Amino acid sequence: MNRVLTALLLLASISFCVSAQTKPKTVGAAPAASIARGALVYKQYCLACHQIDGGGVPNMNPPLSKTTWISGDKTRLIKVVLNGFPAPVDIDGESYTNVMAPHNFLKDQDIADVLTYVRNSFGNKGSAITAASVKAVRAKNK
Amino acid sequence: MKTKLIKYIVPAVLIAASVSLYAIKSNVGPVADKDNAGLKLPEGFGALVVAETGAQPRHIVVTPQGNIYVKMFRVRNGSKGIYYYKTDAAGKGTLSKSFGDYPGTGMNLKDDYLYASSNTEVFRYKIDANKEVLDADHPERIITGLKTGQHESKSIVFDNLDDIYVNIGVNSNSCQVKDRQFASMGIPGCPLLDSAAGIWRFKINKPNQTYKDGIRYATGLRNVVGLDWNQQNNQLFVMQHGRDQLHSIFPDMYTEKQSAELPAECMYALKQGDNAGWPYMYYDQIQHKKIMAPEYGGDSKKEAVGNFIDPVAAYPGHMAPDGLLFYTGNMFPEKYKNGAFIAFHGSWNRAPEPQKGYFLVFQPFKNGKPFGDWEVFADGFSAMTTDIKSPNEAVHRPCGLAQGPDGSLYVTDDHHGTIYRIIYTKK
Ligand code: HEC
Repeated sequence: MNRVLTALLLLASISFCVSAQTKPKTVGAAPAASIARGALVYKQYCLACHQIDGGGVPNMNPPLSKTTWISGDKTRLIKVVLNGFPAPVDIDGESYTNVMAPHNFLKDQDIADVLTYVRNSFGNKGSAITAASVKAVRAKNK
Repeated sequence: MKTKLIKYIVPAVLIAASVSLYAIKSNVGPVADKDNAGLKLPEGFGALVVAETGAQPRHIVVTPQGNIYVKMFRVRNGSKGIYYYKTDAAGKGTLSKSFGDYPGTGMNLKDDYLYASSNTEVFRYKIDANKEVLDADHPERIITGLKTGQHESKSIVFDNLDDIYVNIGVNSNSCQVKDRQFASMGIPGCPLLDSAAGIWRFKINKPNQTYKDGIRYATGLRNVVGLDWNQQNNQLFVMQHGRDQLHSIFPDMYTEKQSAELPAECMYALKQGDNAGWPYMYYDQIQHKKIMAPEYGGDSKKEAVGNFIDPVAAYPGHMAPDGLLFYTGNMFPEKYKNGAFIAFHGSWNRAPEPQKGYFLVFQPFKNGKPFGDWEVFADGFSAMTTDIKSPNEAVHRPCGLAQGPDGSLYVTDDHHGTIYRIIYTKK
C-alpha cells in the first residue's frame, strides 16, 4: 500500500517536473529519473533519521532542508554519505547527538540519486550529483 | 452605650473580618488556565503554564516552599544550566536566578543539597532552610569522568541511605561493529557494558568520585532517562529507551510496521546485580518474550539466552520515556496514590509510520507493582489534531516530572520550553 502510494506520488512529481521542464532553462537541472530513484534510496536508508519531511529530529538528527551542507560543496556532501559522522559536528550552529553511519556500501549511482533527490526536496533546489562525481570522490576518499 | 458597643459591634466586626479573610484564603491556590494550557486531561483536572523558560527544561524539582529548580539541556550564548523560579499563590513562576555553566538533565533535591548533572559529572549545592542555594558559583563536584555520547542524559535519584543512582546511557544503538549501519553485526561480548548501559551507584557526600568509586548497580540498560525511587518497595524503578532501527538495519527480518512497534519501552524494577539484556536481547511486547537481538544471531523469533530480567511493564516502541514519578501526594484522587506517571517525550524512530507518545501516561500500581492497564493521562502537548508524521510538527514534548508540596504534578517541555502544573480542581 505504502509502496503504491509512494509510486503514485513519484509519478505525480515526475510528471510535474517533466512539464515544468518543457523549456529547460537552468543548466544542469536535476533529471527527474534520478530524483525518483533517489526517493526510494532515501526511504530505505535515510528517512528513519532525517524523517519523511527532511525535518530531522530536534537535538538528535539535523534537518536536510536548506543546510549549508546540502547547498554547499558537492565533494563535502558526497563524503557525508560515504563516511557518515564518526564524531559530532555542529550543523549550522546546532549540535546533534545521534551518530550517522557511513553509507559507503551504497553504489555510486544510489548515492548520486539520493543526493540529487535531497538537493531537490524539502525546499532545496540544486543541480544533480552524478555517479561519476561520486566515483571520483570515493577514489580519493582516504 | 459602651457595653453595647463591646457586646454587639465588636463581635460583628470580628466576624465580618474573619469572613472576608476566609474568602481571600479560599481564593488562594493555583488556578488552571482557561484552556488548561492546551492539555487534554481526565475530568476534574486542570493545568496551568507556570513559566515559559525560553530554554530546554529537562528534569525538575519543587521545593517544600513551592519553588522550582529546573535543569536546562543546553547552555548557549551565556545562558545558564539551572533556573530557579519562585511561584506566587496562583501558581505563576518568576525567574529568581539562574546559575551553572553546564548543560544536562539531572536535577534532584535531598536534605540540605540540590543535585544537578551535566552529561559527564554530578554536582551538589548547599541550600538553606528555605531551600535557596547558598553559593551558586561553587558547587561541590561529587562525581566526574562519566561517559557520554548519543545517550547523554545523567538522571539522578536517591535511596533512603546516602546513595545516589546515576544512569549512564551508552553511546551506541545496539553495539554493532559499525553503529547504526545497515546489516552490521554486534561486537562479541559488547565491551561498552563496562562503563555504560547501566545504572551506577555512588555516595551522595563524597567529592570527585569516578567509576572506581562507584558500583555498577544494574547493567544491560541501553539508555534510561526517567527513573524514580519507589518508597513502598524501597526500590529503584527505571524506564529504558529501547533500541532503534530494526527495519533499517535488518530489512529482511522486520517490516517498517514491526520496526515502529518494536521493541517495547520497558519499565524495570531493579535489584543490585540485575541485567536487563541490552544489547543481546530486546523485549517484544506483542509476543511477550525476550527476543534475541538480530545483531547477536536473532531472527525476530528466537528467544534470548542468558540470565536477563523481565520488565514489570512494557509500552509501545520508541515513545521515549524521559520522566518517571511515583505519585505520593494527596491532591489527586485515591487511584493515583503510589501509581506511576511517565512522561513520553515522543518517538522519531517510527517513521514512516505515524509517530507516537508526546503524552503523559498513568500506570496504576498495587502493592508496589504495576497493576492493570496504563492510560494516557495528559495529551495535547503536540498541539496536533492529526497524526504526527515528523517530530518537528509537535509544539511541546513532555520530559521531566515533579510533585509539588500540595500534590500538584509539574511537567517540563524541553522543546518549546514550557513548565506546566497539573492540579485537581474538583471539590
Ligand atoms: C542513524 C541516523 C542517520 C541516518 C540513517 C542518516 N543520517 Fe544523515 N545525519 C545524521 C546525523 C546525526 C547527522 C549529524 C551528525 C553530526 O552533527 O555530527 C547527519 C548529517 C547529515 C548531513 C549533513 C548535515 C545536514 O543536515 O545537511 C547530510 C547531508 C545527511 N546527513 C544526509 C543523509 C543521507 C542522504 C542519508 C541516507 C543515505 C543519511 N543522512 C542517513 C543521522 C543519520
